[in-house]
Amino acid sequence: MHEIFVLAEHRQGELRDVTLEMLTLASQLEGKVTAVLLGSEMDDFASKLASYADRVLVVDDPMFANWNAINFQAALVALINKDKPHLVIIPNTGQGADILASLALELGASFTSDIIGLAIEGDKPVATRAYYGGKINGRIEFKDAELYMVGLREGAIPAAEGGKSGEIEKVDNPVASDATARKFLEYEQPAVGDVDITQSSMLVSIGRGIREDKNVPMVEELAGLMGADVSGSRAVVDAGWLPADRQVGISGKTVKPKLYLALGISGAFQHVTGMKGADLVVAINKDPDAPIFQYADYGIADDLLKVVPALIDKLKEMKG
Amino acid sequence: MKIAVCVKQVPDTSDPDVEVHIDSSGKGVEEGKFSFVINEADNYAVEEAILLKEKHEGEVTVVNVGSEAANQVIRMALAKGGDGAIRLDDEKFAGSDPVALARILQAAIKDLSCDIVMTGCLASDDGYGAVGVALASLMGVPHAAYVKTVEVIGDNRLKVGRELEGGLLEMDEIDTPCVLTIQTGGNEPRYASFKGIREASKKEIKVMDLAATGLSEDQVGEAGSVAVMVQYSVPVVGDLAEILEGDPGETAGKLAGILKEKGLV
Repeated sequence: MHEIFVLAEHRQGELRDVTLEMLTLASQLEGKVTAVLLGSEMDDFASKLASYADRVLVVDDPMFANWNAINFQAALVALINKDKPHLVIIPNTGQGADILASLALELGASFTSDIIGLAIEGDKPVATRAYYGGKINGRIEFKDAELYMVGLREGAIPAAEGGKSGEIEKVDNPVASDATARKFLEYEQPAVGDVDITQSSMLVSIGRGIREDKNVPMVEELAGLMGADVSGSRAVVDAGWLPADRQVGISGKTVKPKLYLALGISGAFQHVTGMKGADLVVAINKDPDAPIFQYADYGIADDLLKVVPALIDKLKEMKG
Repeated sequence: MKIAVCVKQVPDTSDPDVEVHIDSSGKGVEEGKFSFVINEADNYAVEEAILLKEKHEGEVTVVNVGSEAANQVIRMALAKGGDGAIRLDDEKFAGSDPVALARILQAAIKDLSCDIVMTGCLASDDGYGAVGVALASLMGVPHAAYVKTVEVIGDNRLKVGRELEGGLLEMDEIDTPCVLTIQTGGNEPRYASFKGIREASKKEIKVMDLAATGLSEDQVGEAGSVAVMVQYSVPVVGDLAEILEGDPGETAGKLAGILKEKGLV
């Protein structure tokens, strides 16, 4: 039976959700699932991983307390060369994407990044990836190799319940010396602003469809009438139209308001990951094919710059 | 300080009026109605390269794999402050995955003696986010992905901030030469000045074909790739939203009614 390696991801003393998503995916494939935990004093993680894997390979060393691409890659090369798994799944995250290509090239693996699905056909994996902001999918076939590697998109596979009871195997750190060419220093927390959008009961959220800075006050007026806070997508924050602490999505905040009104937001997965837990989602977007409508309860396929003024009028009328 | 910055020309699919349709081959999309722009993250990489050049002096070379149509984005990067450009153009390059692309880019970059090579962290069309890291591996130099801040702290040392999920910045030190893949939002990409645009038209764009790269046919394109996209499909979509029909007055009225009924306004 083939072996599948899954690289557990942890950060600031927390096991990240994508780890269980990768293990869920691995368990759906034929093979022995080995979770690889490179960390420092993380016994509780090892027991959690054991319920999702047939084996947990633990390297416990202060070298792995924080992420360092060079150290993690060196350790994985040694572990993979020793056990020769058929498939390695790593997270397509800020950590995983920092080594996927270089690790695969060092090992001579056939690989692809940011997959949203994976199956085994014959003896080889076949992957699904998203293109053009999720508007179309593509089937990826790999060149024949001894080893295949994929980076799994965070949130693409819902994590199942565990139920296994894998053995925990501690091995010595195979990396002789701590890397100097790259060195972890510290984390810098994102800036905190006046409003914590993770606590907002209603959010009016804007994306590229707002088009210009000068259209933002109109949205603020709408939010004011509703008693909602204003948030936005990465594009709007990058453009400097909203402060960074108002960003919803993978690199911003995860929000769970009673109402999420998405204005001119296309619904790229990076954004959707941060808002799909909202109770009620309403989307207004010119493009009727925008992925955001798949996540919305109600939609208006029209220009927000026309609908928002009309909505402001209606709400004013209702208030009398 | 010598910097190479890799740029890609992509369809501007952020425009909601642009629809993406799979073409008859099943491996491409109909590009007729697309307008083409510099990939967004690459635009931030160009700005970061020029900021470093302005602060520490040096030279910025713009590198692109693309047809003559890509000259538009190359010229714009030159107009902003790039000193020279290399465009890698050969029909054999078509279908290259991130590994084959990195190999092609390396052929152009290896003779530049760069201190820093930059790419965008992710392309908006195919979203691999792997070319820069693959390039570092081929060059045998350290790298950092998703970089939002870059500071020179020594002769051969940088301090970089990598953006992780939740907006957390991981601060690292890294030796040069190195490859950095640049995330959006870390700077404010400038607009090219008229003077810059005029000067850019005089700057050289060196063109390299397969023979000039010294690579063989089986190292590029699909033949040189480790993973190949063989078939596009339309994603299976779950339940769509209930679409409210009518003109803006009508749809706004319906929405206001729904919000009121649910006790939200």
